[in-house]
Amino acid sequence: MKLREIAHSRTGDKGNISNISLIVYNMDDYELVKEQITAIKVEEWFQNVVKGEVIRYEIPSLGALNFVMTNALGGGVTRSLSLDRHGKSLSSFLLEIELTT
Amino acid sequence: MKKIRIGGGAGYSGDRIEPALEIMKKGDLDYIIFECLAERTIALAQQQKLADPDKGFNELLEYRMEKVLPICTEKKIKVITNMGAANPVSGARLVKDIAVLLGIKNLKIAAVLGDDIFSVIDDYKDFTTLEYGNKLSEINGQIISANVYLGAEGIQQALQNGADIVITGRVTDPSLVIGPLLYEFGWEIDDYDLLGKATLAGHLLECGAQVTGGYFAEPGYKDVPDLWNVGFPIGEVYENGDIIITKLTGAGGKVTTGTVKEQILYEIHDPSNYMTPDVNADFSQVTVKEIEPDKVLITGATGREKSGYYKTSIGYKDCYIVEAEISYGGSGAFEKAKLACDIVEKRIRHTDLSFQELKIDYIGVNSLFFSSAPDLSGKGSSCNEVRLRVAGRTKLKEEGIMIGNEVEALYTNGPAGGGGVRINVNEIVSIASILIPIKDIETHVIFEEV
Repeated sequence: MKLREIAHSRTGDKGNISNISLIVYNMDDYELVKEQITAIKVEEWFQNVVKGEVIRYEIPSLGALNFVMTNALGGGVTRSLSLDRHGKSLSSFLLEIELTT
Repeated sequence: MKKIRIGGGAGYSGDRIEPALEIMKKGDLDYIIFECLAERTIALAQQQKLADPDKGFNELLEYRMEKVLPICTEKKIKVITNMGAANPVSGARLVKDIAVLLGIKNLKIAAVLGDDIFSVIDDYKDFTTLEYGNKLSEINGQIISANVYLGAEGIQQALQNGADIVITGRVTDPSLVIGPLLYEFGWEIDDYDLLGKATLAGHLLECGAQVTGGYFAEPGYKDVPDLWNVGFPIGEVYENGDIIITKLTGAGGKVTTGTVKEQILYEIHDPSNYMTPDVNADFSQVTVKEIEPDKVLITGATGREKSGYYKTSIGYKDCYIVEAEISYGGSGAFEKAKLACDIVEKRIRHTDLSFQELKIDYIGVNSLFFSSAPDLSGKGSSCNEVRLRVAGRTKLKEEGIMIGNEVEALYTNGPAGGGGVRINVNEIVSIASILIPIKDIETHVIFEEV
């Protein structure tokens, strides 16, 4: 099962930092997502995109995780050579992660 | 309990006007904000101001205000906007001129000043940039702008002095909402708990439809009704800092715990320490509850004392970026695009073209997630069409044009059937940031009246 089946996500940017939220549809799935979608997992998943580190924040009251990825946008919105300079589409890539059940 | 209704009238500089007018007409608003400044907007506006000292405010200011002023006069709605960009003074003057033309009387327009520190930027040349970790003086390119992210105080001061329309330059986005709340509720400027709640209210309203179902829809997973007609948000903020986000009944979109959660976490990094010039806000304990359809109650934000520094954005002439694209279709589309890429790379080397950085994408294959995308080599026929994109960073414009020419030359010299060449070469103004002490900056407000 893909992460997309149980969670949704939005990407934002500041400078060369990408910020991806991950929010479960159903609070019952929060523990599973927290267990499997670790900072290390996300760092591996985005290894071709993110050149810096990945920090994960937990927001249990919202059933959410927030990933902050440094050096992730090819120099940042103002100077990146990427087609998607803001990295707006990266949330869709996160949701492609296959969960182990 | 006293409450204030604030509308989110724009999520970016070019946003739609009609949903803003709708909430003004039917939303029983006390205030409407228009957030129109992205990271580099002011730097570009500063260049316009250099070319013409009466310009440098948001280019849609006139268009918007012609439509907004009659309604805000009739409905007694105050307007707070950062559409002043690099020139709030001229922006305020323009609003006055529009009011005169429209026959509007008794209107007080404020311009909040103090964010522009370009004239004294040399005083900060030894400060370290957040992006590169080097000294500001070592930045590789001519500095063209320097703007501090101000907090809410200037807006509060403008309202205390009777302003109906407040035009700012660079202020942090949530401050557009914090200002009115400080003024209306008489909250203390160091009540960080309430400032944290006000920051969340501002954060939820500053991106327009992003909290009412915009930027949310995924067909089959997160469907949004009438997204084509998505309504802008209305925030009801109570004196204790509770927030309700809603929208007009007739408008498209939706407000759910899901739309609100996505916006709460949008671009905030550490949820327990969202730093602004007003407060270090803490959203880590926030709860959301749908109290009626399209009505979500948000509680539990808090805050701590601010850092004492202003983030300052410095615009500098960085480089040129060339983007050149060509499409290939049918069976073997990917193989043809790869051959075209090989040709361009060899030509660039062969003719010794100068560039700082080069990035090549196959649009339709790997342009968004880089090589994280599925590897199509050997099964390229699964691609019906592929667009080759060559992007390069150059110091000189001519160098960018030369790279673009190599893509265009694929028409007659490249693989069969390449078409749809588009080439752009743009001068790039980039942003570097420094932190400067709050005590260095003096916010002041000037007024125009009709």
